[in-house]
Amino acid sequence: MISASVQARISLSRTKQFALWLLAFAIITVIWVGGELWPWAVKAPKELSWRIESLGSCTSVRYCVTGFMKWLVGDESYVFPWTFKEFTRTIAAGIEIPYQFIKSLLAAGFTIPLGKGESWQTPPLSWLGITIVMTWIAYRLKDWTLALMVFLCISYITIFGHWESATITLSSIAVAVPIGVAFGISVGILGYRYPSFERAITPILDLMQTVPIFAYLVPVLFLFGFGPVSAITATVVYATPPMVRITMLALQTVPTDIKEFGKMVGCTKRQMTWRVLIPSAKPGLMVGVNQVIMLSLNMVIIASMIGAGGLGFDVLASLRRQAIGEGLEAGIAITLIAIVVDRLTQAWAAQAPELHSESNSVLSGRTKFLLIVFTVLAITTTVGFALPIFAQWPEVWEFTTGQFWNDLVKWININFFDQLEAIKIFILLNILKPLKLFLLELPWPGALILLGLAGYQLGGPKLALLVVSLASFILITGQWTKAMITVYLCGISVVFASIIGMTIGIVASGSTRLKKAVLIFIDTLQTLPSFVYLLPVVMLFRVGDFSAMVAVVLYALPPAVRYTIYGIEQISASLIEAAKTSGCTRIQTLTKVQIRLAWPEIMLGINQTVMFALSMLVITALVGTRDLGQEVYIALTKADTGRGLVAGLSVAFIAIITDRLISAAARRRKQALGMG
Amino acid sequence: MSESEAILNCQNVWKLFGKDAERFLRDESNIDDASLSSAGLIGAVRDASIEVVEGEIFVIMGLSGSGKSTLLRCLSRLIEPTSGVIEFEGENLLEQSENQMIQIRRHKMGMVFQHFALMPHLTVLGNVAFPLEIQGVDKKHREERAREVIELVGLEGRESYYPRELSGGQQQRVGIARSLSVEPKIWFLDEPFSALDPLIRREMQDEFLRIQSVLNKTIVFITHDFNEAIRLADRIAIMKSGLIIQIGTPEELVLHPADDYVEEFTNDLARSKVFSARAVMREKSSDIVSGGSVLQSVKIDDLAGDLIDSELPFDVVDSEGEVLGVITREDVINVLVNKTT
Repeated sequence: MISASVQARISLSRTKQFALWLLAFAIITVIWVGGELWPWAVKAPKELSWRIESLGSCTSVRYCVTGFMKWLVGDESYVFPWTFKEFTRTIAAGIEIPYQFIKSLLAAGFTIPLGKGESWQTPPLSWLGITIVMTWIAYRLKDWTLALMVFLCISYITIFGHWESATITLSSIAVAVPIGVAFGISVGILGYRYPSFERAITPILDLMQTVPIFAYLVPVLFLFGFGPVSAITATVVYATPPMVRITMLALQTVPTDIKEFGKMVGCTKRQMTWRVLIPSAKPGLMVGVNQVIMLSLNMVIIASMIGAGGLGFDVLASLRRQAIGEGLEAGIAITLIAIVVDRLTQAWAAQAPELHSESNSVLSGRTKFLLIVFTVLAITTTVGFALPIFAQWPEVWEFTTGQFWNDLVKWININFFDQLEAIKIFILLNILKPLKLFLLELPWPGALILLGLAGYQLGGPKLALLVVSLASFILITGQWTKAMITVYLCGISVVFASIIGMTIGIVASGSTRLKKAVLIFIDTLQTLPSFVYLLPVVMLFRVGDFSAMVAVVLYALPPAVRYTIYGIEQISASLIEAAKTSGCTRIQTLTKVQIRLAWPEIMLGINQTVMFALSMLVITALVGTRDLGQEVYIALTKADTGRGLVAGLSVAFIAIITDRLISAAARRRKQALGMG
Repeated sequence: MSESEAILNCQNVWKLFGKDAERFLRDESNIDDASLSSAGLIGAVRDASIEVVEGEIFVIMGLSGSGKSTLLRCLSRLIEPTSGVIEFEGENLLEQSENQMIQIRRHKMGMVFQHFALMPHLTVLGNVAFPLEIQGVDKKHREERAREVIELVGLEGRESYYPRELSGGQQQRVGIARSLSVEPKIWFLDEPFSALDPLIRREMQDEFLRIQSVLNKTIVFITHDFNEAIRLADRIAIMKSGLIIQIGTPEELVLHPADDYVEEFTNDLARSKVFSARAVMREKSSDIVSGGSVLQSVKIDDLAGDLIDSELPFDVVDSEGEVLGVITREDVINVLVNKTT
């Protein structure tokens, strides 16, 4: 419901709005036409640099960052009683030791020195034992269906010959997840206890979640060097922020009654946190743990760029060799691990085991359970000494479909080359090129004015200021041209993804069965590691902007579909009935009621699509785009922290600008519809 | 409060929500709805004074938003009052340090919550023993004590159940047992039965009175249900928009409501359950022949049957047997049909 005064204000501001936009466009046209007179306004400026002798080599933002990092790992950085280098080495040891232990247990086996330079190599835990135990755990946690699924997933990994890689990957996940969870919960508790601390970390968390993962890798690589420790550190940094958020949220949403109860029985602060709040918030915290695990698995391939090894490395290597089949198989193995771990942790969290038990047996359920697990693993592993088949799945039994996929792509390329090429060239010439040209020619003062105006109209002067200053950072660090290419690729991909996604969403909303099928399909699509999308695309369209776009569209599709379905779903049934009784046809109901009311949700979906697109876009640097992603990628290969950070922040700022503008628009729309 | 000392004495307690509430309270001489709203403050509790006597059930009754829950939370300093004095066993609670408050809450206060506030990961036994665990009582003793109170609330045999395996009524029994496990000096109940079905609510009220007859605790009980207040209370305080409008026994409220607001509540009340013989009796003139006698404190509801069967009026006597007045059939019928005199 909109009151009369608000109505008046809206219509008044409409004319004003129109005038403002007209003015902005007029200015831009003037700058553009008179480009010869003001070349500085049309051409994006070079990186802002300065010469101040006392600052040494610190002559621009990125050189300052690089210089700072060099100082940090040098011998003079006494930030603590000891140098920073010693500090990072301590962290590295703290990660290295448990990692080596788990890796020996699962993948490599222990090397026991016998003296005189001889040693004895134990085998790792038997694949058979682990398969049996995992299947049995799945059964115990839920039912036979889950057990069967777990069994099939593990069997796939074994039969397709990914056992060893998978166990290496799992070892690093097994180290990263507990660290991430513990760290996340601790920071979350601090944030809950001290609101000022929460206010301080929220923007940092925002930034951490929008900076492309690649950009993290550069400083981590610089501090810890190439290897599993770096990979695990980067994984923790990437996977922790949601845990912090979820912890704060879960603690805040513990019912007031419970908090008051804790106070009334005289809990001290520590008792309150550990005896009352954390146990009561357990279901919420479990969601956080699940998130950390899923994000860590997301990170597997990217982490292998700085030395994680395992399945991620297999995918990356196949991508470099353009071996689509092998890459796909390893990628699927990662997905299957993710699915198994996800279902198991969810079953564990939802398992409401806690029905009272009447049994009085000597061994409690847990002891019995651990005993059986231990026995199974011990027997199968010991038998492995005598029968190698128990220790390792025989290579001759391994199976691969790699050749089939490679042949399939070859066949498509031979028979449909012309058609594929025609589509590619058509879209390139008619859509991609003109847009790219437009954005590159758009004078930067004009772009700033347009952004500021949009910010002002959607969220007032504060938003306008934020948007303009973030964009200015990109400008003064000399990233403007590359940022424009990012915006163009991202923009065009989002448009395609949104159109396709909304269409699918709207069609799927028509029937419950179709909706269910589509949602399952999307869930599966989302668990695929982003790199897997690149493989077929590159094989079919080779490197370049078009391939990048197709991969980004595929990757960014799910949120558009999901939010459309959700937006249409949450419209109250009585409104649809009202539309029907007013004599709307199905099409009319859809266009005049459903889509309009679902629009704020759909906008949020598009917002998510943008975020997905940006994160994928950075990865497409691997297939040869010339945008900010490439900049980060180059920085990574050169371990140039300043360059990587500046480019990474630029991507993050593009994401933040889009997010704030779209969210503000969605909020306004919701308010206008009286739903906010 | 002539019979015994007030154990909890709360004088001129204010709780204002909003900015600069303390300064406003200090500087503003004339505080009313208008001055509060112009200062942007919400007067949750305004100048409340109550005295709770040892062993009584003191009910604070008010509709939602009346400030009753805020006042209760001020009494245990779950909410910090803006100003006032809260004396508990002769000491001002507002002057106690945080650690002293922790000790007082651990050993002297118990509270029952509207939505039970049971810990989902603990069994009935674990929940009831929890306050003792927090105090650091060893496992053997705390479980022994917990079993005692579990038996008191009639949940024996359910010790190993988890809260979600229990019905609402049973869960609140756990809440009651838990609040009693530390043997509190004062027992706060915040709308303990509001979340229950009407039938269960009734059963729980009876159960509550039974437990109280055994323990004889000092109780502050919050409710929004006037009938519940009448049924349970020794004395009732009625609150409206932060102010205490009237304090009195159920009979006093019905007989002499302070204003229309209080009277509104008493209108559709079954008076026969509130009034005692003493409240209805008339003076005994010498020509009246009585057919029996009743104690002055007996409720009309309970004596009506006998009196109506009888041809003659009854004497109303005190505990020493002295005749205070008489009560006639007509008097009883007037009360039963809710005819106001």
